[in-house]
Amino acid sequence: MMETSVHYSAATADSHSAKNAADAIVPHMKILVIEDDLEAAAYMTKAFREAGIVVDHASDGESGLFMGTENAYDVMVIDRMLPRRDGLSVISELRKRGVNAPVLILSALGQVDDRVTGLRAGGDDYLPKPYAFSELLARVEVLGRRKGAPEQDMIYRVGDLELDRLSHEVKRAGKDVLLQPREFRLLEYLMKNAGQVVTRTMLLENVWDYHFDPQTNVIDVHVSRLRSKIEKDFDKPLLKTIRGAGYMIKDEG
Amino acid sequence: MLARARLMFRSTAVRLSALYILLFALCAAFLVFYVTAMSERLLAQQTRQSLQEEVSDIQRAYERGGINLLLRMMERRARQPGANLYVIAGPNGEMLAGNVASVQPGVLDDQGWTDIPFTYEPYAEVDRPGWHLATANVTRLDNGLRVMVGRDLGDPSRFRGIVRRALMVALTIMGVGALVIWFGIGRNALKRIDRMSAASQKIMAGDLSQRLPVGKSGDEFDRLSDSLNAMLGRIEKLNEGLRQVSDNIAHDLKTPLTRLRNKAADALDEDREEVRRVALEGIIGESDQLIRTFNALLMISRVEAGSIAAEMSEVDLSAISADSAELYEPAAEEAGLTLTTDLESGLVVNGNRELIGQAIFNLLDNAIKYAAGAPGETGREAKIGVHLVKRDGTFRLSVCDNGPGVPADKRGEVTKRFFRLDESRSKPGTGLGLSLVEAVMELHGGSLELSATHEDNPEAPGLTVTMVFPEPKS
Repeated sequence: MMETSVHYSAATADSHSAKNAADAIVPHMKILVIEDDLEAAAYMTKAFREAGIVVDHASDGESGLFMGTENAYDVMVIDRMLPRRDGLSVISELRKRGVNAPVLILSALGQVDDRVTGLRAGGDDYLPKPYAFSELLARVEVLGRRKGAPEQDMIYRVGDLELDRLSHEVKRAGKDVLLQPREFRLLEYLMKNAGQVVTRTMLLENVWDYHFDPQTNVIDVHVSRLRSKIEKDFDKPLLKTIRGAGYMIKDEG
Repeated sequence: MLARARLMFRSTAVRLSALYILLFALCAAFLVFYVTAMSERLLAQQTRQSLQEEVSDIQRAYERGGINLLLRMMERRARQPGANLYVIAGPNGEMLAGNVASVQPGVLDDQGWTDIPFTYEPYAEVDRPGWHLATANVTRLDNGLRVMVGRDLGDPSRFRGIVRRALMVALTIMGVGALVIWFGIGRNALKRIDRMSAASQKIMAGDLSQRLPVGKSGDEFDRLSDSLNAMLGRIEKLNEGLRQVSDNIAHDLKTPLTRLRNKAADALDEDREEVRRVALEGIIGESDQLIRTFNALLMISRVEAGSIAAEMSEVDLSAISADSAELYEPAAEEAGLTLTTDLESGLVVNGNRELIGQAIFNLLDNAIKYAAGAPGETGREAKIGVHLVKRDGTFRLSVCDNGPGVPADKRGEVTKRFFRLDESRSKPGTGLGLSLVEAVMELHGGSLELSATHEDNPEAPGLTVTMVFPEPKS
């Protein structure tokens, strides 16, 4: 099963990263991958590097903990089941030692309550195996940017599009854009992660609060409705579909 | 036999009964001794009372008629069968008259009741020779004569002997009876346990259809067997499910895997970059579908195993239904359908929000998929609906469409893994959606009902799938 996802994601990652590597969405992001499956780790490392991310790899819990404590990483990707020290214990130990870098937990367990325990242990995001690499990459990029993300900004801006988080007003080129509450949250999430790929699963998680893979086009229809509202009367497209991965809102300048 | 006896003693029932017998015997012994002591005391009291009366008689006779009358009276009384003991002694204790040969020395010296039983030798009593125990009252007359009236104590002690013998016999019978019952029960229990272990051996050998023997008495053994059998039934069902899953995987995943392999082989042979790219993308799509199938399979078996049961909380069915409808409304509209809702508010169950959500999403996916192709010649527009009502102690959440529906005889089968109606094979899907919904409903102690939305319209009966939740007890 792991094999399936690896090969599957290889192709996706290539198409995605080829498109984005040049953009250098997150310049010189440095991440740590703690994963004991060497084949999966080698694949992940290669794919991350192609996406312009600097990767260190540790193959067990103890050395992962050591590397995570000694070096400063933007994001850590930690498998839940590791030799010598369990992934969750690595995370809680890192947190105890004052390492605050965001952590993405990879898990073969993939149950709803596993996700909850993982996040409770100090993880910031959770991805069950098998996953598509594009999904992993998108999440790592979002996590890596979180540090500098304008959580407290009350107004998000992308090009001439403006979203006021307090008054719930959206304007494009000064003109009001009327959105449904859900569309507003969708746009808010996309703009919060402007310039980054956001997958359908991430949208379902963050906008609707359901944690599974949407099997059909339900999310796409919502996005295209939103797109028509913010782009209908304007020339310049802002909300792009990234094939095989998800969506990205970006001002091409 | 010895080993068997030892084994038997190790059994709880036998040990318990042994303990009961011991306790019971102790109680019985105490009771008997108590009763004996009480009756002896009563007897002694009666003896004293009657002796006291005689002493009064004697004194009255002496006062009325002097020594002659006294002697006559005593003689008469001494001859009666079972008579008391009478002695008239001189002032120095020498015996003058009476029905006693001799008494223990010193008995006649003190007036009043003798404190302890004393010994005496009766006259010419052939049947009871030797010394006997007696109790007596000694009175001094005014002329210095001493008069003793006593009673033989042989009878009370014999009475005690009889009671004690009866006790011994009773205890022996009790002991023997207990041993027999003990042996019977122990043997019976052992046999039943042997039968149970034999059945377990067979089950361990792999025959999960075996069941432990259950008797008719409904005792502890039967109840234990019953619950173990219920457990075996559950295990067998899970095992069956597992086997079904692996069979399904073998049958239903081989085809897409083969297709995948062939596509990859074609792509490898392809020189034109563009065509190759399209082929590779096809492979990704195919793999995507496979991963979904695997995920769905995993999800179903985990839900069926009930391992998510820990993650239960209060779930607002009304809110979740409204959310789902809102999420699917654009997709439905794009497919040319109208989505209507009719939701009773404030219906809350104890459940897993994610799973219930996923179940509703699956139903909505299906409804959109099948209603979209509904024949339009009836003039009716294609519609789907989400309804939530409280009825007869249940919360009924239904998703309905007016598509082609499912024939009544197939409704039991569509929830089986990988089962797809022939007409729907052309549509995308894993054939696992309804299986998951059913598993989710089972996890929540509810059920899944399938019916036709419009019974009266054979052209497009539609399908209504209802998730029936039991109303939580407050």
